[in-house]
Amino acid sequence: MPARFGVVVFPGSNCEQDCHYAARLVGAQVAYVWHQDTDVAKYDAIILPGGFSYGDYLRTGAVAKFSPVMDAILDFVDKGGLVIGICNGFQILLEAGLLPGAMLRNRDLKFICRYTDLVVENNQTNFTNKALSGELIRLPIAHNEGNYYADEETLGEMAANGQVVLRYCDTNGIVTDAANPNGSLQNIAGIVNKQGNVFGLMPHPERAIETVLGSLDGQMIFKSMISAVSK
Amino acid sequence: MPVAKVYVTLKDGILDPQGQIIGKALKTQGYDNVSRVRVGKFIELELTGETPEKLKKQVDKISHDLLSNPVIESYTFDIQEEA
Repeated sequence: MPARFGVVVFPGSNCEQDCHYAARLVGAQVAYVWHQDTDVAKYDAIILPGGFSYGDYLRTGAVAKFSPVMDAILDFVDKGGLVIGICNGFQILLEAGLLPGAMLRNRDLKFICRYTDLVVENNQTNFTNKALSGELIRLPIAHNEGNYYADEETLGEMAANGQVVLRYCDTNGIVTDAANPNGSLQNIAGIVNKQGNVFGLMPHPERAIETVLGSLDGQMIFKSMISAVSK
Repeated sequence: MPVAKVYVTLKDGILDPQGQIIGKALKTQGYDNVSRVRVGKFIELELTGETPEKLKKQVDKISHDLLSNPVIESYTFDIQEEA
């Protein structure tokens, strides 16, 4: 039986079709989940797509965290279900407290839309098990609030638990200030929770799944998830 | 009718690029005595019912849960009686 993926649609989401397409491309059975839905138990994995849920009013993800579907997702996460939040989805996971830290405006106060080089710091997760350790991948970013912040204690805890999964790096895989697009602390681009079943990342894997798009590296993320839930 | 005025600001130590840009703009206009600028949000809530103690508790919860993100922001508020 194929892995069952649900893609949540909030008012203002705009990457749900790309996520749907990407997950289907690598073999998942995919359906949309409306933000008013209150049950996601029939899925193996949930995708919170990018976009501007609730117009980014107040703060990115601040209003979405109170959607009925988020209660169902909290329950789903408790039971060990896989959840990936991409861009605005990551911001929602932070606001909902499913991942540590918060997003600030980009350091240079600009919306950034371009490819970035990333290093896979942890390939032992449900979301990166198809990557090599330290593998260099290319995924595009498109955001205004991707400047990741967490206090010292949280950063230390995440490092100790291997929760930092992706960091922005240069073309040689070296993590440098120059390769940091948005001012994120320690070049953090993607993190998992302590339990390892919730992943948030600012880059868009669903936009890098076909040669014509400039990179195939995004497939790795979705394939890893399928592999994780097919065990 | 009671009106709550809620002020949300970035915590000390959190980078505020907007504040920095405004600070720079003020410098270029000659306001050399402005040493620091921090940008925040101001939110007004019109409220009904409830005793002052209950209102205070309620506004505190609203400010904590929705109006601010406690990871990066702090808030203050005062509740005034307005006609």
